[in-house]
Amino acid sequence: MPLLDVKDLSVTFARRGQRTVRAVDGVSFSVEAGQVVGLVGESGCGKSVTSLALMGLLPKQRGVTVGGSAIFADDTDLLKTDERTMRDIRGRDVAMIFQDPLSSLNPVVPIGVQVTEVLTRHRGMTGDAARKEATDLLNKVGIPDPTRRLKEYPHQLSGGMRQRALIAMAVACKPRLLIADEPTTALDVTIQAQILELLRGLVRESGTALIMITHDLGVVAGICDTVNVLYAGRVVESARRKPLFAEPRHPYTHGLLGSVPRLDSGRGEKLHAIRGSVRDVLPWPDGCAFAPRCDRQVDACVGEPPALVEGIHRHAYRCVNPEPATAEVSS
Amino acid sequence: MSVKTDKIDRLSELSAVKQEEQGVSLWTEAFRRLRRSPSAIIGASILLIFVIVAIIGPWVAPYSPTDTIGIREGVVKSGQGIIPGASAEHWLGYDHQGRDLFSRMLVGARQTLLVGVISTLIGLTIGAIIGGIAGAAAGLGGRVGRWVDNVLMRFVDIMLALPSLLLAVSIAALLGASLTTVMIAVGLVSVPIFARLLRGAMLAQSGGDYVLAATSLGVTRRRIALTHIVPNSLAPVIVQATLTLATAIIEAAALSFLGLGNPDSSVPEWGVMLADAQSYLGIRPGLAIYPALGIIITALGFTLLGEAMREALDPKLRK
Repeated sequence: MPLLDVKDLSVTFARRGQRTVRAVDGVSFSVEAGQVVGLVGESGCGKSVTSLALMGLLPKQRGVTVGGSAIFADDTDLLKTDERTMRDIRGRDVAMIFQDPLSSLNPVVPIGVQVTEVLTRHRGMTGDAARKEATDLLNKVGIPDPTRRLKEYPHQLSGGMRQRALIAMAVACKPRLLIADEPTTALDVTIQAQILELLRGLVRESGTALIMITHDLGVVAGICDTVNVLYAGRVVESARRKPLFAEPRHPYTHGLLGSVPRLDSGRGEKLHAIRGSVRDVLPWPDGCAFAPRCDRQVDACVGEPPALVEGIHRHAYRCVNPEPATAEVSS
Repeated sequence: MSVKTDKIDRLSELSAVKQEEQGVSLWTEAFRRLRRSPSAIIGASILLIFVIVAIIGPWVAPYSPTDTIGIREGVVKSGQGIIPGASAEHWLGYDHQGRDLFSRMLVGARQTLLVGVISTLIGLTIGAIIGGIAGAAAGLGGRVGRWVDNVLMRFVDIMLALPSLLLAVSIAALLGASLTTVMIAVGLVSVPIFARLLRGAMLAQSGGDYVLAATSLGVTRRRIALTHIVPNSLAPVIVQATLTLATAIIEAAALSFLGLGNPDSSVPEWGVMLADAQSYLGIRPGLAIYPALGIIITALGFTLLGEAMREALDPKLRK
């Protein structure tokens, strides 16, 4: 059994006087312990909402509906657990790392207090024991001079340090599942690589499962074992990393890969930008949401939404006219 | 976002190089900015003098503030309109009962400061409790919380709907005219401001990323409210408290002037002195001018300092 099994997750936002938005629409994927699973897509495809739904952090208001199931560790459905139990699970079994490390830290409280409060909350550590553990944690995530850093405030740390501190807080209780929502987006390229390396090390060392949410295919190539490509709230392609990069079947994945500049392409050769923007999407029930922006659009794309087709090596895609498979690839 | 982050990065590196101090909090930084602001310096100087006078006034006053020397010596005949002005012995002259005006001004400073501070504290405490509970409930408490917030805020709305003078007069009617009445009345009038300010700041903060991050780590709601949201919401409340000190002193003087203050005029208080002076405005306007100046300058000091603090603590103006 996988550590986390997400089945048919859907999230809708209904506001009075406005069109109901189905931000996540029947997303299924599973995560094994020690594995890195990527959720990839451009802004507005529902990847952040997916992570917030799994953490139970979506605003509890009328109009926000979460459906489906997310079975964690064989017995707990993260989507149906009550708030009180979720508060115990969050930070202890499942933790999350956010995109912007500066705004995710409290500006008026020293780093040390913010790290130790997690230890106090879930591991009952106080005083010197908590301080010592916090020092060890900062050390483990690669923050030099941790005793001094504990007394400092977030604005005194560099962006990379802040993200390291947040990672230290997230892994403080050795969670079994870590969700990283664009953890490198706000950082410099050199720092990005360091943070990815740190995350990969943590996963390898402790067997933590990691859900990596990103729009950056470089991150996917560097760290993910399996990848789910999201478009307009649905998984459009899902595969292990290598086949996905070597042989993308869905035109959207193909387009994403084509819009990354490559060193081996000729000078002056144009990048393959995907036409239009996310606003052009079709509602899924009317056909393939990507159809208006797709180069391979055929008549069958409109009318009936395409189903997820599973090919060889659990490579699945949601397309009636997929990119041709090149035979030599195997995984 | 990243440009801003970069900027702050560079700034923090610079300041880290410049000084070796550990743990520079936002407050330390705000204080440093405050020291560079001229209006803060002027305001603080005025207040420093005022506070010193309030503390040592009774000891340095040349005469007793209650001794009716002028009448005893026969120089003051207020019934006939004779109230001598400034002289070498009596720097500001006599009041209508023959007491030394300069001594009364010095001693009165303490009462005025006391009224200002205590009434502001009353308003701040009650307002912060109501606003804090409402803000925490609305921000983190779900459906029940929103209900609690609604009840508390409608209560505050009711307080806001009552004219402050009417409120003060009713309190005076209940408790009798005294300095305590004035302090309670002035304090209660400022409750809605503090309550709304703290609630608003807390609501704005509870949508913050760091609150979401703390929630994602399982930190309890009580702890999130107390160690994360409240400290981040205090800045506007502190600024408002400084500004309220100014208005509290003026309002207290106004209530005393209307006769709701201490009926025993032997205890000098600037507002009461002002009230007493009104029958003698034609004969000796100084009786009104000096207490009025005292009130105005003190209020100005608090206002200058408050405005400077507002600027120093405003994250948007931070360079």
